Amino acid sequence: MESEAQPPSEALLSVRDLRIAFDGVEAVRGLSFDVRPREVLAIVGESGAGKSLTARALLGMLPRDATTSGTISPDLSAARGRRISLVPQDALSALSPVHPVGDQLAAAVRSVARVSRAKARARAVAALERVGIPDAARGARAYPHEYSGGMRQRAVIAMATVNAPEVVVADEPTTALDGERRDQVLRLLAERREAVGAALVLVTHDMDAVRGHADRVLVLYAGRPTELGPADEVLDHPRAPYTAGLLASLPRSATPGRRLPALRGTPPAPGTPAPGCAFAPRCPIAAGPCHTTEPEPRQAAGRLVACHRWEELPHPAADLFLQERRPA
Amino acid sequence: MSEALLDVRDLVVRYGPVTAVDGVSFSLAAGETLALNGPSGCGKSSTALAVLQLRRPAGGEVRFEGRELTSLTERELRPLRPRIQPVFQDPYGSLSPRHRIRDAIAEPLKVQGRWHPTDGPARVAGLLDRVGLDPAYGDRRPHELSGGQCQRAGIARALACEPRLLVLDEPVSSLDPSVRAGVLNLLADLQDDLGLGYLFICHDRAVVRHFADRAIEMRDGRVTSG
Repeated sequence: MESEAQPPSEALLSVRDLRIAFDGVEAVRGLSFDVRPREVLAIVGESGAGKSLTARALLGMLPRDATTSGTISPDLSAARGRRISLVPQDALSALSPVHPVGDQLAAAVRSVARVSRAKARARAVAALERVGIPDAARGARAYPHEYSGGMRQRAVIAMATVNAPEVVVADEPTTALDGERRDQVLRLLAERREAVGAALVLVTHDMDAVRGHADRVLVLYAGRPTELGPADEVLDHPRAPYTAGLLASLPRSATPGRRLPALRGTPPAPGTPAPGCAFAPRCPIAAGPCHTTEPEPRQAAGRLVACHRWEELPHPAADLFLQERRPA
Repeated sequence: MSEALLDVRDLVVRYGPVTAVDGVSFSLAAGETLALNGPSGCGKSSTALAVLQLRRPAGGEVRFEGRELTSLTERELRPLRPRIQPVFQDPYGSLSPRHRIRDAIAEPLKVQGRWHPTDGPARVAGLLDRVGLDPAYGDRRPHELSGGQCQRAGIARALACEPRLLVLDEPVSSLDPSVRAGVLNLLADLQDDLGLGYLFICHDRAVVRHFADRAIEMRDGRVTSG
């Protein structure tokens, strides 16, 4: 869905028509996008939208029973840990409980560079220092269970950036964290990414994490791209009805004390595709072709939008999503 | 303060040597939403459990509709329990995976001896409809519902008891954003219609600002503001 005019050389990673299926049921249904050097690309969507599967596909870490088609070029999965790395959601399960944190970092260093144990160890301590682990030399000797939740998240960020990869994939890195700690982690992630010159693919369902932290945003719905464009423009003036409804329903943007704008219904379960746009049953402006033809992403208003009727969407669109109060 | 629905004074909750709640006081009127806000580990869920008397406090008073609960025996509490109902964060964890939704909702009625075979099924259907679920969902089991639908079923089960107070412990935190707003709207409508009091535990400040009449901030087991 990236524009044809754009030279492929500008992309660090190119994903074309990615499809991921389980038992013949497609969870990702034709997804194309580029990751550009040093950019922060947020992939947002709800559970089942396919965002985590897409992230795992970049890393070559899909479950064994997944069937994929399409291309991801270059394929960095063989260089995982060196050219591409993962910041997982659950830092505790990403670290081995039986090895000191510093040993695990040193092992990561030695997995890609021929350096002495002592040198790898020194790099590990330095990496912990850079993510703000107090008394890093001592912290390196501690086990993950001796770390607080926030420190573990820092250690995992240190691990993902210690080998200066080209792409860091962060899969819901802040979902388990409350507001204050979420911002700290996002800031640290941005800072380390900047320092090693990596691009960041930030997978999240949290629109607040996108604002101020991402250059571009790709919105997924039911395994399909809905909207892809500059993050601030998409957040300030969404062009796809799904993006608009999602943003309008955030309590932050609503008038306190009033009912919230809300999307009716729920996302479709994978494997139950109706003809037409997957969002049509929940869409306040769906009509005609929306019920018969799945929309392809097209250039619109400086971004890509997959919607037959995007030009009919008012701005702001919140009032479209105000629901009638149910009678008592 | 005799008109308060819930009045909590100097509440202390301990787990062994750890004091999770250390002298918390607040009160809540019928039809009002009071939010407990604060970071993980601040004691807000322990406060909720103590109000529900699922964790007996180590000190202080919990007065509900004028009756002091902490000094009551289990037997004395039993007739009061239906009037204070919880809604938890994980909708799938709050309903038995083996029971159909309609049985899960009928169960509290049966436990209280308020189940009548003649009108029971219609009551369950009415409750499902009340929370915005097609009564046909009554035949399903929790894993066959989405997170938002399942949370609505959990709310229906809480309503079956005709409560006066709902203790909502992060009721929308595990829901997808596009269904979160719908569940918050439902809770607002139910409060308007039934005059319920809500003790609303939530770590998301934007949700608290939108939804609550008042909020108190907790940190390290104490109230820091509000």
